Amino acid sequence: MSTAIQNISLSGRKKEVSHKEMTFWERLYLVAIVKGLIITIKHLFRKKVTVQYPEQVREFSPVYRGQHMLKRDEQGRENCTACGLCALSCPAEAITMKAAERKKGEEHLYREEKYAEIYEINMLRCIFCGLCEEACPKDAIYLTLSKELVPANYDREDFIFGKDKLVMPLEMAMKNAQLNNAN
Amino acid sequence: MDSAFIIEKSVVIVTVFAITMIMAMYSTYAERKVAAFLQDRIGPNRAGKFGLLQPLADGLKLFSKEEFFPNTPNRFLFIVGPAIAMSTALMTSAVIPWGDRLHIFGRDVILQATDIDVSLLYIFGVVSVGVYGIMIGGWASNNKFSLMGAVRAASQMVSYEIAMGLSMIALLMMTGTLSLKEISIQQSGMDWNVFYQPVSFLIFLICAFAELNRTPFDLAECESELIGGYHTEYSSMKMGFYLFAEYANMFISSAILSVLFFGGYNYPGMQWMVDNVGINVANILGIVVLFIKICGFIFFIMWVRWTIPRFRYDQLMNLGWRILIPLSIVNIIITGICILAFK
Repeated sequence: MSTAIQNISLSGRKKEVSHKEMTFWERLYLVAIVKGLIITIKHLFRKKVTVQYPEQVREFSPVYRGQHMLKRDEQGRENCTACGLCALSCPAEAITMKAAERKKGEEHLYREEKYAEIYEINMLRCIFCGLCEEACPKDAIYLTLSKELVPANYDREDFIFGKDKLVMPLEMAMKNAQLNNAN
Repeated sequence: MDSAFIIEKSVVIVTVFAITMIMAMYSTYAERKVAAFLQDRIGPNRAGKFGLLQPLADGLKLFSKEEFFPNTPNRFLFIVGPAIAMSTALMTSAVIPWGDRLHIFGRDVILQATDIDVSLLYIFGVVSVGVYGIMIGGWASNNKFSLMGAVRAASQMVSYEIAMGLSMIALLMMTGTLSLKEISIQQSGMDWNVFYQPVSFLIFLICAFAELNRTPFDLAECESELIGGYHTEYSSMKMGFYLFAEYANMFISSAILSVLFFGGYNYPGMQWMVDNVGINVANILGIVVLFIKICGFIFFIMWVRWTIPRFRYDQLMNLGWRILIPLSIVNIIITGICILAFK
């Protein structure tokens, strides 16, 4: 029970190509055109696949890399200590930062003694490779958390995202803390 | 020639003009919607409800675009091209009978801009002038792609006019008149010409596609080979005129197809309606029926566009000269024999 190699069809959709002369009806093309018209008219009543973007957002994959987010811990304190490893690892040199020392009375804002006073990512330079996320020793920067795309804009300056856009909102940190407690 | 007659005719002409423009406008919208639906998309739906204001937005955009002139030695012809295309597209609507007659203010208003007895011949004449719009535009653009598109369009339209005319002769032998009004009257009830002349209808339909420069015969403006064909160099409203003329032509040829082969404004039971309900109601319903037929043809033309790929140029010429022309001559002979045998 051995078939010749050229007769094996793994997909089960193999079709023999023939070079026979077309008959008169086939050469008229009218039958083929009517068949085609029937196929296209069926699509008129199909379900539409369009995603109406601003109102309707396609679901992100869990490992999707979008806009960066600087994480807060369960008590709402910023994780980042401005060590600069993310900026060092960035192949596109998109990250700049300026470190500052935590003062007395700011313990509820920053987790450790040092924090990033200025933290900027140039979204036009960023290639969304995720190396900053990998380099971060403090679990501070994530590309998967925001579930957002970097929006379009008119000016180049507007693509430099500062801490106002990058740091995780406080409510989100609180919510995460509650979820963790519940578990 | 009283003043009431002039007013009556002016109203009819302005109405026909307005309707042609609106239909052409909304054909662009319909084209995009039909294309979208046949491709499982939704199509324009942002401007107004269901995107109904899209044609207005498109028109506004075309008006506000930069007016660009290529480095052409003949600016006059460059402007005349789209003007001819547009005016010939609108002129054909003059002889189409939109309905029988309305009885308003004690007058019989004939729903046709003019009922000349050679209206079919008039349409053929005006349509062949339409070639000049494309030819002049392509020539004056001083661009090889434009010229190529114009040459293709001209030779294609000239070749298919022959087959179109011959297919008409078979129909004329049957009707015995060139007046579209009389052809409409002859088809009252369900006595449509398409049942007597199916071959003639098929040839006319194929030739209409070729005359309109629509897919599968849109070789004059095929993007993949000629960028935009004859309107490559055009911008702003001159470009808009070319595109608009195409859609106006589509509306007119759908109207001609419905009048010649699908009974025009006639519908079954029209005579009963005239006798029992009133002449005005019956005829307004007739206009509605004609527009349903026209919209059906417009939809069919779009439907075919998104089904069949473009012909190769030699295939196009083969089809025109070696198949359609002999076929229509055979059709004439058979029609003649049948007329001799049965009348």
